[in-house]
Amino acid sequence: MKIKVKLFATLREKREKEMDLEIHETTTPGDILDLLGIPQSEVAIIMINGRHSKLNASLTENDTLAFFPAVGGG
Amino acid sequence: MNKFIRVNMSSGEIEIQAVPNQYIGLGGRALTSSFVNDEVKPTCHPLGKNNKLIFAPGLLSGTSAPNSGRLSVGAKSPLTGTIKECNTGGVFSQQMAKMGIKALVIEGMPEDDKFYVIKVSMDNVAIEEAPVEILGGCGNYDAIAFLTEKHGKNVGIAIVGPAGEHRLPSANISFKDPEGNIRSAGRGGLGAVMGSKKVKAVILDDTGAGTVPIAEPEKFRAAAKVFANALLSHPVSGQGLAAYGTDVLVNILNEAGGLPSYNFTQGRIDHNDIISGETMNATITERGGDGKVSHGCHRGCIIKCSQWYPDKQGKYITSGFEYETIWALGADAGIKNLDLIAYADRAMDDIGVDSIEVSVAVATAMEGGLLPWGDGEAALDAIKQIAVPTPLGRILGGGCAVVGKVCGLYRTPVVKDQAIPAYDPRSVKGIGLTYATTPMGADHTAGYCVSGNILKVGGDLDPLKKDGQIEYARSMQIGTAAVDSTGMCLFVYFGIADSPEGYQALIDMINAQYGLSLTSGDVDKLGESVLKVERDFNKRAGFTNAHDRLPEFFEYEALPPHNQVWDFTPEEIDEVYNF
Repeated sequence: MKIKVKLFATLREKREKEMDLEIHETTTPGDILDLLGIPQSEVAIIMINGRHSKLNASLTENDTLAFFPAVGGG
Repeated sequence: MNKFIRVNMSSGEIEIQAVPNQYIGLGGRALTSSFVNDEVKPTCHPLGKNNKLIFAPGLLSGTSAPNSGRLSVGAKSPLTGTIKECNTGGVFSQQMAKMGIKALVIEGMPEDDKFYVIKVSMDNVAIEEAPVEILGGCGNYDAIAFLTEKHGKNVGIAIVGPAGEHRLPSANISFKDPEGNIRSAGRGGLGAVMGSKKVKAVILDDTGAGTVPIAEPEKFRAAAKVFANALLSHPVSGQGLAAYGTDVLVNILNEAGGLPSYNFTQGRIDHNDIISGETMNATITERGGDGKVSHGCHRGCIIKCSQWYPDKQGKYITSGFEYETIWALGADAGIKNLDLIAYADRAMDDIGVDSIEVSVAVATAMEGGLLPWGDGEAALDAIKQIAVPTPLGRILGGGCAVVGKVCGLYRTPVVKDQAIPAYDPRSVKGIGLTYATTPMGADHTAGYCVSGNILKVGGDLDPLKKDGQIEYARSMQIGTAAVDSTGMCLFVYFGIADSPEGYQALIDMINAQYGLSLTSGDVDKLGESVLKVERDFNKRAGFTNAHDRLPEFFEYEALPPHNQVWDFTPEEIDEVYNF
């Protein structure tokens, strides 16, 4: 199935900021980090369709998966 | 800090007193709010002779404690009608502390129509007529350069721009930063209060000032080291804020569907990357010249969230180019051009207006038909008219609530007439409780619940659900009121929220400086007492729980993409201040 992956802030360094991936139904956000070579320790926030999520969450067709390092401001 | 200076602009009298007993243990916001509640008639007109303006460094200001250079400014606000504490960077706070000045109060109002400059040195305080060169439309950048040339490069300067001279409700007080650029006590129109007292600027000459006395220097140094390590080892306060500034929030709020756009009708935009922190960082790096990705607003800042944003030729445009300003113009007003937003930010600093209030007012004016949607050139031109001021300039400088009224809008994003900033309360529910209940009017910095809702620092709450939000908003407001009293930058929160030893080090520094033995319970009590004092003032000024509400449209206009409405009941909202 197809999903969209977005990367932000430091995770964009030397990587595409947005990509469409063809994945298996059992693939998790954690698997996608492995695939992209991003250490899990660099990721502080995962969102699926704009909702906070976890490394082992399930993904469905046409999901948008976003990864952020620790960020703050105000 | 043993001097309490009062400058009476009615009589021209200057008193340099010992610090009154009840203020000896206070600093920053605790001091300014206690003083305003004690001495300002709550029903006074904010621009009349009975309002008083107070400047106070924090408890730790002037020491070697990292990030302790914030100054609090207090008065009754002409924007909200409530008590107001607004804090800022720049060199003023540390200079006041080193000069031994606990507080500087400006009261009364002269009968003539001249503007004055108050000059404070170690052995003298004088009221002088303001030089004509800095009056009548002179921008803050030129005025600061003129006063620096006249009084010496190391002086501290607090100044009102043309907006303050015209007493507009969005007028701020600008402060010279370490390089002669501008930081602002932005919110709530305190520049209009200073302008009403006919004070154009306050100059601090700290020649001959000593160091701030520390009761237990060894303990202080040890605690400061632990504190600095806590800040530098956290990825947000140690690296993230320096690299991307606060504007890094554009993309995460956009992704979370909490970026209010097109006057709070959408929670997400497609052009987010035109205005994002990532783009700002890349643009500054690519342009070079004067550009700096990272810059501190006061000496001793180790977080360095500010930056110098240059034009295409590499020439400085603005610094302290913050997320809230960029959000308001870029997303809420739909201006798809970061350079134009930077010029607008510079213009607002130069004219001396709150860049949140006026930028949200611009978006509201677009909804109201005063300006075309997304038109950055038209917005910049309208902002520059505030300096004249033309009728349109006065309307924008009147703030978001005024714009909403003159345009006949119901969708006007304000609480207590202060513009709601950059986080939609329907999809970041915790921050909505802060907007509704803080004594300041809508103010994200009064209890930054975005942290546990979206950023997952210091908490983990579902931003679309009510669970736990009341307690969280209460504790964040209490903690913030305490931090605002120390002179610490609020961003130290990111470093200490999840670091018990970092938090303890903050308390240890205060104890070592003053020879005290405060506990974290005492710090909470300090925060609670500040909020109670502020609520007391507001109550006596005529505010009730019915004012602690968000604009009604949030209750019935669902915000895409999560299609949420604001669903806290009045009884639930009132629980925030049940302590």
